[in-house]
Amino acid sequence: MSAPTEVEVGRAIGARVERKEDQKLLQGQAEWVDNMHVPGMVYLGIVRSPYAHARITKVDVTPALAHADVVGAWSGADIADEWQGSLPCAWLPTEDTNAPEHKPVAVDKARYAGDAVAVIAATSRGAAEDAAELVEVEYEPLPVVVDPEAALADGAPLVHEEFGTNRCYTWTLEEGEIDRLFAEADVTVSERYRQNRLIPNAIEPRAVFVTAIPANGEFTLWSTTQVPHIARVTLSGVTGIPEAKLRVIAPDVGGGFGSKLNVYAEEALALAVARMLGRPVKWTETRSEGYLSTIHGRDQVQEIELAATSEGKILAVRTKLTASMGAYLQLVTPGIPLLGAWLYAGCYDVQGYSFECTGVFTNTVPTDAYRGAGRPEATYAIERAVDALARKLGMDPVEIRRLNFIREFPAAIKAGLTIDSGDYDASLDVALEQAGYESVRAEQRARRTAGDPKRLGIGLSTYVEMCGLAPSNILGAIRYSGGGWEAATIRCLPTGTVQVLTGSTPHGQGHETSWSQIVSDRLGYEIDEVEVLHGDTAVVPLGMDTYGSRSLAVGGVALYYAADRIAEKGKKIAAHLMEVDEAQVDHVRGTFHGPETSITLKEVAFAAWTAHNLPDGVQPGLEETYVYDPPNFSWPAGAHVAIVEVDTETGAVELLRYIAVDDVGTIVNPIIVEGQIHGGLAQGVAQALYEEAIYDEDGNLLTGNMVSYLVPSAAEFPRWELHHTETPSPTNPMGVKGVGETGAIASPPAVMNAIVDALAEDGITDLDMPATPERVWRALEEARR
Amino acid sequence: MRTVSLTVNDVPHEFELDPRELLVYVLRERLGLTGTVVGCDTSSCGACTVLLDGESVKSCTVLGVQADGHEITTIEGLAESGALHPLQESFHEHHALQCGYCTSGMVLAAVSLLAENPSPSEDEIRHALEGNICRCTGYQNIVDAIGAVAQ
Ligand code: FES
Ligand code: FES
Repeated sequence: MSAPTEVEVGRAIGARVERKEDQKLLQGQAEWVDNMHVPGMVYLGIVRSPYAHARITKVDVTPALAHADVVGAWSGADIADEWQGSLPCAWLPTEDTNAPEHKPVAVDKARYAGDAVAVIAATSRGAAEDAAELVEVEYEPLPVVVDPEAALADGAPLVHEEFGTNRCYTWTLEEGEIDRLFAEADVTVSERYRQNRLIPNAIEPRAVFVTAIPANGEFTLWSTTQVPHIARVTLSGVTGIPEAKLRVIAPDVGGGFGSKLNVYAEEALALAVARMLGRPVKWTETRSEGYLSTIHGRDQVQEIELAATSEGKILAVRTKLTASMGAYLQLVTPGIPLLGAWLYAGCYDVQGYSFECTGVFTNTVPTDAYRGAGRPEATYAIERAVDALARKLGMDPVEIRRLNFIREFPAAIKAGLTIDSGDYDASLDVALEQAGYESVRAEQRARRTAGDPKRLGIGLSTYVEMCGLAPSNILGAIRYSGGGWEAATIRCLPTGTVQVLTGSTPHGQGHETSWSQIVSDRLGYEIDEVEVLHGDTAVVPLGMDTYGSRSLAVGGVALYYAADRIAEKGKKIAAHLMEVDEAQVDHVRGTFHGPETSITLKEVAFAAWTAHNLPDGVQPGLEETYVYDPPNFSWPAGAHVAIVEVDTETGAVELLRYIAVDDVGTIVNPIIVEGQIHGGLAQGVAQALYEEAIYDEDGNLLTGNMVSYLVPSAAEFPRWELHHTETPSPTNPMGVKGVGETGAIASPPAVMNAIVDALAEDGITDLDMPATPERVWRALEEARR
Repeated sequence: MRTVSLTVNDVPHEFELDPRELLVYVLRERLGLTGTVVGCDTSSCGACTVLLDGESVKSCTVLGVQADGHEITTIEGLAESGALHPLQESFHEHHALQCGYCTSGMVLAAVSLLAENPSPSEDEIRHALEGNICRCTGYQNIVDAIGAVAQ
C-alpha cells in the first residue's frame, strides 16, 4: 500500500491528493452492474429491427416461448399495457415541438435499425440470445432518410407520419440589428461545416439489473447511469411504479460522457418484466448492440456567417443549424444543439447575434448528450470561421483574435447571458509562448520554400464555454423540465468520522476525493475520515446527478455551504459547552476557539449525539443539508494550440504537439483536473481525426462495431502539454468552474485549424471532420485538378 | 460438456464446461472474479485482458476449454501477500485510471509488456497498448505509470 496521502489538513483545496477511489478499482473489486447475480434471475434478450424504417406487420413470439429456457416473450403490442407514458424527453424547446410517442418496444413501425420490436426473458444469457433469433417478425420496408437536410426536403420519407414533416422544432435567438450589420460590413464570410456523428463509447457497456418485492410493489433498479435521480422520477412516469416505491442505484459506473445521461428503453423493460414475472431481471448490452441502442452525439450541419470591418473587427454572427435528432427524442435530444446557442460568437465581442436551429427526425439512432453537448459544435464553428475571416483579410489568426476578445467582466454578451469572469489574453499569451508560435511559423515558411511535401500547420482555438448546469430559472425559461440545483449533506458521526451525501453521482470523475478535500479544508477532518456516499436514491434522496460539468461548480458549492451550516450549528453547541457567548467563538477548520478554551468539531459532534447538554432549541445530531441553485453558469475558457504535419503525398495528418492552456477557475485537485482535460482532449482530437458513425442510404450503420468505428488507442495521440491560468469565478465562494468538457470542446477546431493552416496555400480551406488520410488526400487531389 | 482443469491465481479448479463458454465468463460467473470485465464483442478493447501462463490474452477470445491445463492470473491475483503490484501502485500514483473499467486489462497488459521488454520507450509503450482502449484518461497517465515502473 502506498503511504497515506500527505495533506495539510485545512489546506486541502488545491493539493494533489491521490484518489481514494483507486484501491478497489485497481484490485478488481469494483461493483459493476453486470456483476449482479442472484438466484431466480432472468436475462433479457431484445429483438431489434434490422431495417431503418419498416412497418411491422407481424410479430410471432411463440417459437421463442417454445425454447426450454425461456420464461417470457413479448411483442411491442403484448407489453404495451405496462406503459403509463412514453420514454421521457425533458426538453421540448418550443411550444410547437413535435414530440412523438416513444414506447420501449415499437408496435407498428420500426424507425431506425436497432429499434426494439420484441423482448425475451430467459434463464441464461445464451438462451435469451438464441430465443431472440427465434422470434418471427415480418417487416414491410419503407423508404429511409438518414441525412438531416434531406429529411427536410419535400417528399422526404416521414419518420413520424402524424406530424406531416420531419421537422421537430425551430428555435431562434436574435439580438441586435443583424441585417444592417451584415449590409454595412466591409467583409463577410460564409462557412458551412459538418459535425460528424459520434458514438460515445464509454468502455463499460450499458447494463440494467432489477429486483422486486412484488408483495410491496417495491422495485430496485441498478443501472449504468449518470442520472439515478432523474431516472427514478422519469421511470416512475413510464412504468407507473410510484416514485416512492422505486429505488435506483448507480454503483460503480464505467464512464458515461453523456451516453449514460439518459433514460433508456431497457431500464423500463427490465422493470416491467420484473413486475410481470416477479423475478429479478438483468440485461447487458454487447458493444455492437450498444452502437444501435445507446445514443449517438453531434450530427449537425452548421452554416455560420461573420460580418466584419476591413480591420478585422467582427460585428455580427449569424448561425443556422440543422441538427439530426435521430428517430426519437431521448432525454435531452432536442436541447443538445441549443446548449451551444449562446456560444456562436465565442469569446469575441459582437454587436449582432443571430442563431437558428432546426431539429430534424431521421431514421437513425437518437442523438443526445456527448461530452460537451452543443458547446463543441459552437466552438468549432466560430473558431473555424474566425480563421476563415483572418485568411480573407490576410491577418494572422492571433491578431484577429486579440482584436475581438471580450475584455471586461462580468461580460453581458450579445446572445443574452453574462460571462462570469475571464482573461483571454492571459491564456493566449501562455499558449503562444509554450508553442513557440513564431518559430513554428518560421519553420512552416522554410518548409514551404524548400518544397517539403510535409506541410506544417499551427491551429488555435481560443474558446469559452458555459457549463455548471444550471440556474433553475434559466432552465425553466428555455423549457427544460428539471431544475439545475444540487444537494449536499454532511453528517458528522459521533465517533469522529464524517459522511458526505452528494446528489452528483460520479462515474470516474473522482468526486470522493475532491469532496473529501472540500470537507477537509472547511471542517478540519483528515481526507481519510471523510466517506462520500452517492448514486443510490435511498441513501441520497436529493440530487440532480452528473452532466454538463456541473459536479464541482454546483454540487461542490452545495457541499461548501453545507459545511458552513455545520460550522454554524457546531458553534452554537460549542459556545454552550464552553459556557461563553456564541459571538465570542471563532470556527477555524474544525476547531471552535473560545476566549479561554477551545473544543473540536469532533467533540461537538459527540455532544450533539448524546444530546445531554445542548442549548435550548438546538436539535440533537450534527447533520446539515444545503441545496444550491447556482446564480449563473460557469464559464471556463482558454487557448489551445495544435501543431500538425500533413503529408501532401498520402494525406496523413500527424498531430505533433498539443498545447492546452485552460482557465477553469480555482482548482481543487490538480491531478483530477489534468486527467479530465487529458480525456476530453483525446475525445475531441478523435472527433477531428478519427471518429465518425456512418450510415448508408438504407440506414444501415456501417460503423457497427469497435472494429469499423475507430476509437483511438494510446498510439494515436501525442503527449498533452497542459498549462493553466486561473480566474476564479465570482459567482461562487470557491471560485470554481467546470472542467469535464473543456478538452472536448476546445480541441476539434484547434486541430482542424492547424490542418487548414497547413494546406490553405495548397488551396484547401474546406475540409470536414474527421480529417482522415483518405479525406485529406481526396481534397488535395481535387485541389490539384 | 467437457472437463477442464484451470489454475486461477494459484488456485486449481475443475469445471464441466460447455465448449462455447468463454474464459471471461468462466472467470466472472463461475469464479466470481468480476475484476475481469467485458467491453466489446469484437476483441477490440482489451478490458478482458488476463495473463495466460504469464502472457496477456483477451479472455473474451479464449474458450474455457482452450485454457485447459493452463495458469491464469487475473487482476485479483496480482497483489502478492497483501502488497499491490508495482504497476498497481504506479497507476494510483500517476492517476492512470478514472472510471477504472479499462484498468484491470491495462494493468495486466502492462505486466505482460514489461515481462517481455523491461525498459520500453514511451513509443513502445504506446504501441504495446494498441489493443487496450481507455475512453477516460487520454492515455498519458497510463503511459507514464508504466514508464515509471519500467525505469
Ligand atoms: S472484451 Fe475482450 S477485447 Fe473487448
Ligand atoms: S479509466 Fe475509464 S476507460 Fe479507462
